[in-house]
Amino acid sequence: MKEDIQKNIDPGDVAGSEIHEFVTLNVGPTHPATHGVFQNVMTMDGEYIVDTEQTIGYIHRAFEKIAERRAYYQILPLTDRMNYCSSPLNNTGYLMAVEKLLGLEIPKRVQYMRIIIMELARIADHNVCNSVIGVDTGALTVFTYMFQDREKIYEIWEQVCGSRLTTSIGRIGGFERNWNEKTWTLLRKFVKEYPKSLKEFENLLMRNRIFLDRTVDVGAISAEKALNYGFTGPNLRATGVDYDVRVTSPYCSYEEFDFIVPVGTTGDTHDRFMVREEEMWQSLSIINQAIAKLDAMDDKETFNADSKAYVMPAKEKVYNDMEALIWHFKQVMGEIDPPKGEIYHAIEAGNGELGFYIVSDGGRSPYRCHFRRPCFIYYQAYPEMIKGNLLSDAIITLSSMNVIAGELDA
Amino acid sequence: MFIINQEIVELTSEKLRQHFGEAILTEEVEMDMPVYTVKKEIIVDLLRFLFDDEILRYRFLTTMCGIHYPDNKQQFGVIYHLHSLENNQRIRIKTFTTIEDITIPSATAVFAAANWMEREAYDFYGIQFPGHPNLKRILNVEDMDYFPMRKEYPLEDGTRQDKNDDFFGR
Amino acid sequence: MDSNNNIKIVDIPEGYSGNGFFATRMDKAVGLARMNSLWPLPFATSCCGIEFMATMAPHYDLARFGMERLSFSPRQSDLLMVMGTIAKKMGPILQEVYVQMAEPRWVIAVGACAASGGIFDTYSVLQGIDRVIPVDVYVPGCPPRPEQIINGILKIQELAHYESLRRRNKPEYKELLATYGIE
Repeated sequence: MKEDIQKNIDPGDVAGSEIHEFVTLNVGPTHPATHGVFQNVMTMDGEYIVDTEQTIGYIHRAFEKIAERRAYYQILPLTDRMNYCSSPLNNTGYLMAVEKLLGLEIPKRVQYMRIIIMELARIADHNVCNSVIGVDTGALTVFTYMFQDREKIYEIWEQVCGSRLTTSIGRIGGFERNWNEKTWTLLRKFVKEYPKSLKEFENLLMRNRIFLDRTVDVGAISAEKALNYGFTGPNLRATGVDYDVRVTSPYCSYEEFDFIVPVGTTGDTHDRFMVREEEMWQSLSIINQAIAKLDAMDDKETFNADSKAYVMPAKEKVYNDMEALIWHFKQVMGEIDPPKGEIYHAIEAGNGELGFYIVSDGGRSPYRCHFRRPCFIYYQAYPEMIKGNLLSDAIITLSSMNVIAGELDA
Repeated sequence: MFIINQEIVELTSEKLRQHFGEAILTEEVEMDMPVYTVKKEIIVDLLRFLFDDEILRYRFLTTMCGIHYPDNKQQFGVIYHLHSLENNQRIRIKTFTTIEDITIPSATAVFAAANWMEREAYDFYGIQFPGHPNLKRILNVEDMDYFPMRKEYPLEDGTRQDKNDDFFGR
Repeated sequence: MDSNNNIKIVDIPEGYSGNGFFATRMDKAVGLARMNSLWPLPFATSCCGIEFMATMAPHYDLARFGMERLSFSPRQSDLLMVMGTIAKKMGPILQEVYVQMAEPRWVIAVGACAASGGIFDTYSVLQGIDRVIPVDVYVPGCPPRPEQIINGILKIQELAHYESLRRRNKPEYKELLATYGIE
């Protein structure tokens, strides 16, 4: 009798028991919890995960090969579709890399405008990630609250470039047109109303007992392992390493702005959530500073660099002025050769260091265009982060890492 | 532009020349980044040397990619970007290999991040990495029989019948 | 101010009504029930998936058309919404999901990539999901605005409303499925 009772396994003690029964579970490419298409074949001992085998490539669109066939200005829409939750960051990063190759000098006003666009994209990206962490713990309402703010950001981008999600914002040298009055109105309204809605979101989740129980000490990774795996961005900063490309190699006048870089301690899901939350506040502060700097400038008209060879002239001039027509023709037909050479440029995107390695042979399209995609690099560490955890913890770890399928496969 | 830390770069060049001698084929500064072209046999020792050195500390592998120059004798190359976080210095290391002996020693023992990056280089160019734990295709379909990023292959889908190539100028 | 005048209510079909009863044809009643309570399966792969999330969000609210309950299991869903690029690696999986759905089932291809491969004319992207499964409605756009997605959904509702109950057994339909290799 007593032996029979001892054979009944206590559900809370499976990990420590001597009876193991391994099951293979396919958290397959179509799954509501994997936000994007990637597959994890998990070997499980009851509810605990023993090992995971990952398969990616379900949305491989061969960006690097397409980039070898397109002119520099035609690669811009491709970069949108890598991390599609924050397209303007990818766009501006790529444009800055090309401008570095071409040696263009960008005016201050354009740099401040770019900073506003990039920080709005960062807020939008962290919005989605944090609300999706909420959804995966079961808090579906926060998603509906946060997406309203994303709609407001979409309205601002729509006024600047015409598109909501895959923006293709900016051109080589700056923007395609100056921002109109409505953009400024919407922007000022957004920065006035956003703190209230971010506070509302925080009140729902940050001190919530259930949320803390679900996320603290889940999916932790140490700083040395994270650095060895090539982590960057909020995932690395949650482990305690304060590496932010905006601070170590400032680009686009970031050195003139005053912001702090939030850092976590243990690298678990809760730290990743909190780092992203604080980064949203910092991004808002940067946007406010940029608006103040732009208001203080006398120049309200410049919106692109002064370079006839690489910046497309305005359409009115193309139809009326001979010189502008000739430059337009030369640029579109590829008669202007960029310098030969290779460059690497990195920016701090929503997920970490987004790098562009462009090898130019003097032709219309790059010889090799390699994208250093942060998601691809840090997703390798996922099996190690979830080993020995429960399946539900694995799902939350995945959504807190903000793995976006477009950036994973490119 | 990345700021070049002159002291560290000079120290790097000196130490590499001292330790590896002729295996360092060229060294130059390309716009804002020091670039070293090295022989492929010593690449893992070189990465390990730069990792372990107490002053240089190149302990972060930013990215690694393959490249194909069909006109050169050494057609395939692998390009590593290393970053020393403490000294805030980035360097680029290139190695090349011929098509007959298309192997480059795997760097997974030094950097865990190199795992998938080498699989991607294999998937796109067919470069073998002896020493890699699991070298199979990562982004393309498993049973694909060619290496798509090589310059001789087209971008478009070969099985498409409804596009008229005369109009699209392929 | 009487606010009740602006609410659009679904019209009742033609029929014969009397004191406490209403009689109409079976397929009209079934069509009405089906069109207003479709259970979609969001097969979101890339950027169009984020626009779908924006369509489900309160601003554009797909739930007012009856799509409150999303189903991620194909066996419990009516409408397969394919949103985003489908690569050749994903094609067999998409066909598998379609085969697991029970009749009546509809397919909507949202976005340029699902409709025809989009801007990605490459070796690894399926040039349109109608190479592997039959599609009912195509919504172009890259990504389509939420209003366009809702327009596509309304067209699906129209199909669901007027579809004859015996369409699925017709030989033309079986022939169509046979061309895709689906029984």
